[in-house]
Amino acid sequence: MAAEGKAIDALGQFQLEHALGVVGRSVNFTQANLFMVIGGAIVLAILVAGARPRAVVPGRLQALAELCYEFILKMCTDQIGPEGRRYFPFVFTLFFFVLMGNLLGLLPYSFTYTSHIAVTFGLALLVIVTVTVVSVRIHGMHFFAYFFPPGAPKILAPLIIPVEVISYLSRPLSLSVRLFANMVAGHVMLKVFATFVIMMAGAGTIGVIGAAGPLALNVVLIGFELLVAFLQAYVFALLTCIYLHDAVHLH
Amino acid sequence: MSEERDGGDRPRGVPPAASSGGSFEDRLSAARRKQGVAPPRQGEDGTFPTAGQSPSQGGPSGGNALGVGLRVGVELVSALVVAVAIGWFLDSWLGTRPFLLILFFLLGGAAGVANVWRLVSPPTKSPGRD
Repeated sequence: MAAEGKAIDALGQFQLEHALGVVGRSVNFTQANLFMVIGGAIVLAILVAGARPRAVVPGRLQALAELCYEFILKMCTDQIGPEGRRYFPFVFTLFFFVLMGNLLGLLPYSFTYTSHIAVTFGLALLVIVTVTVVSVRIHGMHFFAYFFPPGAPKILAPLIIPVEVISYLSRPLSLSVRLFANMVAGHVMLKVFATFVIMMAGAGTIGVIGAAGPLALNVVLIGFELLVAFLQAYVFALLTCIYLHDAVHLH
Repeated sequence: MSEERDGGDRPRGVPPAASSGGSFEDRLSAARRKQGVAPPRQGEDGTFPTAGQSPSQGGPSGGNALGVGLRVGVELVSALVVAVAIGWFLDSWLGTRPFLLILFFLLGGAAGVANVWRLVSPPTKSPGRD
């Protein structure tokens, strides 16, 4: 579907199209929305089906659900402290939404909704607004002391405060761009090498033998992309926890 | 009143009187002290807070050089982009076209370096001081 003609169409995979036929077209329901719904449904199904047996010795599905729960809970309490339990639902939802986006995108005929900066920046904005609201609610006006580290010489305040404010405001950008760039880069690489395979295979017998090279590379890349998919969801959730830690324990 | 007898020597023993204060671990250890039950062998699950502090600030990525490099680049550029955007907006608002843009460009560079420093600096002080 990519190698019609001679050009390599590596970015066409990120184009939004309407899903669900006529219904989707009339309410502007794209395949990104569809995969968001699918991802949420999968997580919900794992949790509901896993929690149903309530066995003391968990079965496989229950062990998976408990593993998911405890993994995020441990991240929250380790990074934020005992108060981290309060933010557990937020971090849990965020992590699994991003993870499902990254993982579902690796399946054929699927769509990676985390490869859109609109999605990742929306998530990052949600994180930063939440962190700011939490911090203001806990510390009130003392929140603004965050922008001036204690012990710094007062004379440097006109320099330090703008730098700290810019650094604070750059957080959502770096958070979203990191996830988005990782996803786009991985999928473009996969697409480019997959196109090489098709192009070379179309060039006769020698080409078919030569096509084994990019094919093998793509197999390796898929494994690498699985790692990146998990790692980026983990980094996203971990940085959210670190920001929440900063918000709860102001300096 | 029996709790005062047991937990009076440690500040951690005070919160169980309020029953909701303190984390689960605090209340559990207080209850264990009260009953004279030894805690389970520590470190088996890594549930102790000290076990999880090593990956806290230093390397959220898996430790691969590509991830660290990408993070550093993103941190540098994003601070610069935000600062330039602020400078541009303030300039068009206040009508001081080049000057605030230049000022915020420099500040953005400094903020980017501060971001990177925060990323790579050893996490010695941050978890402890709170």
